[in-house]
Amino acid sequence: MRVIEVLSPGLLTTVQDLGREGFGPMGVSPSGAADPIALRIGNRLVGNAEGAAALEMTLLGGTFAFPQGAVGALASSDFGATLDGVAIPSWTSFEVKPGQRLRLGPTRTGARCYLCVRGGLAVEPFLGSASTHLLSGLGGHEGRALRKGDVLKIGDAVSSSRTDTLACSPAPSNPRDPSSRPGIPASPLASSAAPPSLIGRKVAPIILERLALRKTLRVTPGPQSDWFSKTVQRTFYNATYRVSEEANRMGLRLEGPAIPGGSHGEMISEGVSLGAIQIAAGGLPIILFVEQQTTGGYAKIANVISADLHSLGQLRPRDEIRFGSVSFDTALKLLIEQEKLLASEDLIV
Amino acid sequence: MPTKESRRARVERASDQSLLIYFDQEAKKSRAKARPPSRQFTIRANEQVRKLLRLLEQGPIAGVRNLHPAYCSILVKFDPLKWTHDKLGKELRKYLGRLNEVRLPEPRHVEIPVCYGGEYGPDLDEVAATHGITPEGVIELHTSATYLVYCLGFVPGFAYLGELPPGLVTPRLPAPRKQVPAGSVGIAGNQTGVYPFETPGGWRLLGRTPLAMFRTDRQGLSLLSIGDRVRFVRISRERFAELQGA
Repeated sequence: MRVIEVLSPGLLTTVQDLGREGFGPMGVSPSGAADPIALRIGNRLVGNAEGAAALEMTLLGGTFAFPQGAVGALASSDFGATLDGVAIPSWTSFEVKPGQRLRLGPTRTGARCYLCVRGGLAVEPFLGSASTHLLSGLGGHEGRALRKGDVLKIGDAVSSSRTDTLACSPAPSNPRDPSSRPGIPASPLASSAAPPSLIGRKVAPIILERLALRKTLRVTPGPQSDWFSKTVQRTFYNATYRVSEEANRMGLRLEGPAIPGGSHGEMISEGVSLGAIQIAAGGLPIILFVEQQTTGGYAKIANVISADLHSLGQLRPRDEIRFGSVSFDTALKLLIEQEKLLASEDLIV
Repeated sequence: MPTKESRRARVERASDQSLLIYFDQEAKKSRAKARPPSRQFTIRANEQVRKLLRLLEQGPIAGVRNLHPAYCSILVKFDPLKWTHDKLGKELRKYLGRLNEVRLPEPRHVEIPVCYGGEYGPDLDEVAATHGITPEGVIELHTSATYLVYCLGFVPGFAYLGELPPGLVTPRLPAPRKQVPAGSVGIAGNQTGVYPFETPGGWRLLGRTPLAMFRTDRQGLSLLSIGDRVRFVRISRERFAELQGA
């Protein structure tokens, strides 16, 4: 059995996959990777099923030892990674020889970096997913962020095909969705040494460019958009907001121009969607994120489109963002284009 | 044939991958000025929510990923590569047309033992003072009602229970506590509920239950489900300790 030893956990490192859908009636939000595109590509680089469990590091990465070696890939933000002192680029698969140490530091770019290892991380699934839900202490590795001394088992979640066919169904097993498929069965060769072709694989630069993170988030109208006057909406769409220090996996609090009109004090709590921009008391927006509460009683002025949700996962405190309104049709078009890129044979070179 | 119920339901876009179905609500334009709904109003709408939830659980729609039932509405999250709002809205109308056929199961009755006051209920005295009654009076009122689980939300296993006797209706704390211990029983507005985990929270705390509200090692996970009826039963500190050890 291969393992990863946590020599230093970093600021906030958790086990994440693509989350658990279907448990809203119990108040359980999906959780899952804050930047699911990074997770999906990272897993592709090491030949895993797209939704295999990986480590999500936040702002400051950790140091890890691999007593039996591994094949790994770092996805998205540059945390200045080194393997026994040698720099390791993001978006490239690499071999870790037994006993080597991977060290990550503070981010040089966005908020999150994923460490995907061939075979994925093997943790006890909770409601069908390996994702950690920090607030309730459920899922992942003992329901919490990693600590020094933790040992994580590497699993056998490898993909059966070179280009993963799960590309268009990012949600994992879902009891409410009869069409959702269980993960691709592990290859019988999973535990054998990695094929050499898996090392040094890169993501095509042109595709990375087209998946670039956005600081102007595109949004569709929210369920209570019409509570806000034209003037107020103009304020919202013309404003630059700053991500507050309190931003986390539950939600991103923003600082900037206050938006009046959100609190009638009479709204009945209702289900809230991922990426909903709610106007809390005091008028400041909060973007609901992967560990969101499932219901809420604040008015939603807008909702970040699906194609831009991964950008939210890379926002750091003090980053500045803006909002741009698009139609529902455009939102769908952008998502279809994004999924096409992710499913592309040319993604990995 | 659309029934009266299905006509009363309103389907709206919530995001590019979700719809909201509202029951018995004012038309969108006038909603902002609408008055808070009456108890009867909310109970009837919530029944419709539970009926639709039951239909969707018994006959799931492929490509529907999640459901967030609430007081008077359900959020339906779907795979936007499989459904458009319009197509799914039409499909859901078929379900709405069948709500009359749905028989909701007899509600489960759940008793929740609570040790009131002291360190377990740090806001008990203040709530009593607000209403000009004794702490004993607050406990009597809180244990006198049978509450409906309107929905679960906030965190796993947190049940929104309604409604409080009018004499207990109290606004939430002006600033939420950073940490509310698991098992804390609180009130806010006309609602009451139990915190399943140690989380931040702005409800006023009257007491604490030794029961685990959400357990991963039990069938069903959450002690309470939507539609359950709940009563709080007062227990002593000694009994609290016994039950907690059990």
